[in-house]
Amino acid sequence: MDSEGEKYRFYSRRAALLAGAQGLLVTALAGRMYYLGVVESSEYKTLADENRLSLRLLAPDRGEILDRSGRELATNRRDYRVFLVPEQAKNVAKTLHSLGRIITLSESDQRRVERQIARQRSFLPVTVAENLDWDTFARVNVASPSLPGVQSGMGNTRLYPDGPLLSHVVGYVGAVTEEEVGNDPVLELPGFKTGKSGLERAFESRLRGEAGSSRVEVNAYGRVIREVQRQEGRPGENMVLTLDIALQKYAAERLGEESAAAIVMDVHNGELLAMASTPAYDPNQFNFGISRENWEALVRDPRKPLVNKCVAGQYPPGSTFKMIVALAGLEAGLIDPETEHYCSGRHRFGDRTFHCWRPQGHGNLGLVDAIARSCDIYFYKIAIEIGIDRISEMARQFGLGSAYGLEIPGEARGLVPSKEWKMALDGVPWQAGETLVLGIGQGALLASPVQLAVMTSRIANGGRAVIPRIVHTVGQDIAPQQTAAPLMRVSDDNMAVVRRGMEKVLEEKGTAYLSRLRGEGISMAGKTGTSQVRRISKAERDTRVLKTKERPWQERDHAVFVGYGPIENPKYAVSILVEHGGGGSTVAAPIARDILRRTLELDPSANPPVRPADLLRQRVAAL
Amino acid sequence: MGISLMFGPRQVRKRPLQKLKKLNWLIILILTGIAFIGFAMLYSVAGGDFSPWASRQMIRFAFALLLMIAIALTDLRIWMALAYPAYFGGLALLIAVELIGATGMGGQRWLDIGIMRIQPSEFMKLAVVLALARYFHGLSIHRAQRLQSLVVPLFLIAIPAALVVRQPDLGTALMVIVGGIAIIFLAGARMWLFVTGFIASLAAIPVVWNQLRDYQQDRVLTFLNPENDPLGAGYQIMQAKIALGSGGVFGKGFMQGTQSHLNFLPEMKTDFIFTVLTEEFGMVGGLVLILLYMILLGYAVLVSISCRSQFGRILASGLSFTLFLYVFINIAMVMGLLPVVGVPLPLVSYGGSAMLTMMVAYGLILSVALHRDITISRTNPFAWE
Repeated sequence: MDSEGEKYRFYSRRAALLAGAQGLLVTALAGRMYYLGVVESSEYKTLADENRLSLRLLAPDRGEILDRSGRELATNRRDYRVFLVPEQAKNVAKTLHSLGRIITLSESDQRRVERQIARQRSFLPVTVAENLDWDTFARVNVASPSLPGVQSGMGNTRLYPDGPLLSHVVGYVGAVTEEEVGNDPVLELPGFKTGKSGLERAFESRLRGEAGSSRVEVNAYGRVIREVQRQEGRPGENMVLTLDIALQKYAAERLGEESAAAIVMDVHNGELLAMASTPAYDPNQFNFGISRENWEALVRDPRKPLVNKCVAGQYPPGSTFKMIVALAGLEAGLIDPETEHYCSGRHRFGDRTFHCWRPQGHGNLGLVDAIARSCDIYFYKIAIEIGIDRISEMARQFGLGSAYGLEIPGEARGLVPSKEWKMALDGVPWQAGETLVLGIGQGALLASPVQLAVMTSRIANGGRAVIPRIVHTVGQDIAPQQTAAPLMRVSDDNMAVVRRGMEKVLEEKGTAYLSRLRGEGISMAGKTGTSQVRRISKAERDTRVLKTKERPWQERDHAVFVGYGPIENPKYAVSILVEHGGGGSTVAAPIARDILRRTLELDPSANPPVRPADLLRQRVAAL
Repeated sequence: MGISLMFGPRQVRKRPLQKLKKLNWLIILILTGIAFIGFAMLYSVAGGDFSPWASRQMIRFAFALLLMIAIALTDLRIWMALAYPAYFGGLALLIAVELIGATGMGGQRWLDIGIMRIQPSEFMKLAVVLALARYFHGLSIHRAQRLQSLVVPLFLIAIPAALVVRQPDLGTALMVIVGGIAIIFLAGARMWLFVTGFIASLAAIPVVWNQLRDYQQDRVLTFLNPENDPLGAGYQIMQAKIALGSGGVFGKGFMQGTQSHLNFLPEMKTDFIFTVLTEEFGMVGGLVLILLYMILLGYAVLVSISCRSQFGRILASGLSFTLFLYVFINIAMVMGLLPVVGVPLPLVSYGGSAMLTMMVAYGLILSVALHRDITISRTNPFAWE
């Protein structure tokens, strides 16, 4: 019993020690709770909110691009999308596999998703599928509890209702590139698109708008439980262009399969009413990333569908330049309307012989007929008399050799050669023979179809220096009107002489007589041009000059035509260029006639472009 | 030894109804209170619904409560007589698990016997305490202090611990070992043993480390630095700490926990249920629960001190220490003080095994309390001293 007592005392001591140890440990727990729940509590509260609340950007609606009457050239279509947040998915391959049972995911889709996951931060969502219909979208939503990291949402897809029709003007949008990602967080939104070409690119900042934000409560799987706070963004600004979509459509159809450009311009205010470049491409196919094969096909095509030939194409204007040479001579007083020259079909200069396009020659003719029948010998002769300086000065006055600041990317300056230019280029002085060639618009001289349209407008409107424009309004800003463009230093009488020559082009014996507008109470003046791509050699001339059709496509001449109408009260100018089309009179003139006739019928300038306020009213009425 | 001897001397034998009256009902009320905290949390985690968890947990608790009272009313000497059979039976079950057990959660732990799945390792925690209590009851204090007297206890501890480690269930094995060592300490082994043992186990850490499975190593590593891998293995600890810390002093309110309701918390109805409580009821809620546990454990220590038999003393304090380990490891784990080893919070966490262990253990403690005045022979529980 004594031993039991000892046992008991011993036990009690040890039990007290153990209880004390337990007490210490519990105190440590309480201390830890105090540390987490009181000392560091605010930090953990923040972390809990960071867990719980997620700030989501609301993509702004991209501004629409409209034609002059408010018809949509580029718009947005609501569609349904599925995203994947790699961070929340844990097993991406497995999730994609499960998702693949609901929506069709091709191998390349999977590869694209995996590539993008590897490239960006793992908390950023990656677009898995876009453009889903409602049924599919609903099925994904129903299955979402078993698809961790999968989010669904609505988005806008850029839509170009007329497909290729305005691809060169409006351009297209595409996925944000790494260089673009900068201060604007909206660019990190999945599936966000930015303008990559055309006006979409030039006006990117104004079309884009500003992102709104939505603070939402999410659960651990990223599923949105409720919206806590919302701040609306600002949609992108709408743009109204000066183009008339009906005329644009007609012009593009009329150019057909040719590799060509067509411009219709209001001669008084410079508004471009049609600007067609063929062949074109469908900007819609860039939305979801164009396939490699399609892209390479576009790049390799010798007819250059990606290039806007209206502004970026540069061609020798050929005989359409003869008006400028004539004006330079008239203004300098070196020639007058009665000045006559004899054309035998050939002209010897130095040790070389120059030929007229008409081998048998034109005989004796005056200035007006020289324009009407496009006699090369006449212009060789007067060009030498007038000299390079006066010709290039006149060319510049009429808008050649400089860009107009059109907002379409890729606008070319063209080239008006001069003595200084030649010297700077290769250190060799200007040769008189070059002036001769310049007299018929060949040689180093280059102009874009839109420059030729400007030149023609300035002749037609009585010497007012109109500047072309294609953007009428952006948002609330209306581009300044230029009804009274500055008058140029060219006399009305001299202009009248040149216009008379252009009228006669479509009369009997004129180079475009077959393309004249008959009856109908509408009239047209113009000038044909054929720009040589390849010199005709002596040997060829001696035997037989090959007809256009017999030469390979790349070696055929470009066909050019510039014109205006109506004659009595010029309103519209047209400029047509058909690459490797052959002669201006046979190929370009009929196209120009048809387009001008259509223009006069539609008379687009009769209705000025819609203003922002009208546009709003128009939209409200449509609802 | 006649029939009357089977139930001990007449003067200490009471009829069950009398015993029922002598039970400490206040302690049983506290026990029920803890269980109700668990029900409330399970109700909250289910988004304000008794199904699927709270209702099932309540049914389990009702059964466990009846079982606990039945155990409490059973004579302590019967438990002493059953100590070794229970121990060896448990050992047999552990070996059975090793051979034919069901696999789950990365280890072999369950034995499927048709109507239910039993977890022998849970049962073993109690059986080891029973066996050790019985063993030390048979020794005088002088013999208990001798070194050679520790050979048997070490085997009693090491064999089940080794089997549990093989499952692998590190948490339970550690609880068996630490609980066993505490009993050896209580029984009177020399103090220097514990000091050298502690130093030796520090030295053994590298060896043990190499024996650990990859996921066990990961748990320890992320415990040491959870922020290193906030989305991988450290995620659980981070989210648990966020829940706890963001609860502040008074919590976000019942059913208002964002970490739990938005599913950021891992395993929130089982191992991490304490963080659900502290997120919604704050530090105050957590401290109240800890206090309730401490009352239960403190009562067990008082029972053990007032007990006449060494078996009862060691049984009560050994079981109390096992329950303490549960509570401490679980809470320390969710607060980032210990690696995540998968120890539930008894009575509060969802699940039957831990609840059963807790209630059986407390039944035994109450049995000690009812029979504290009985003196028991060193060798034969039913013989006169």
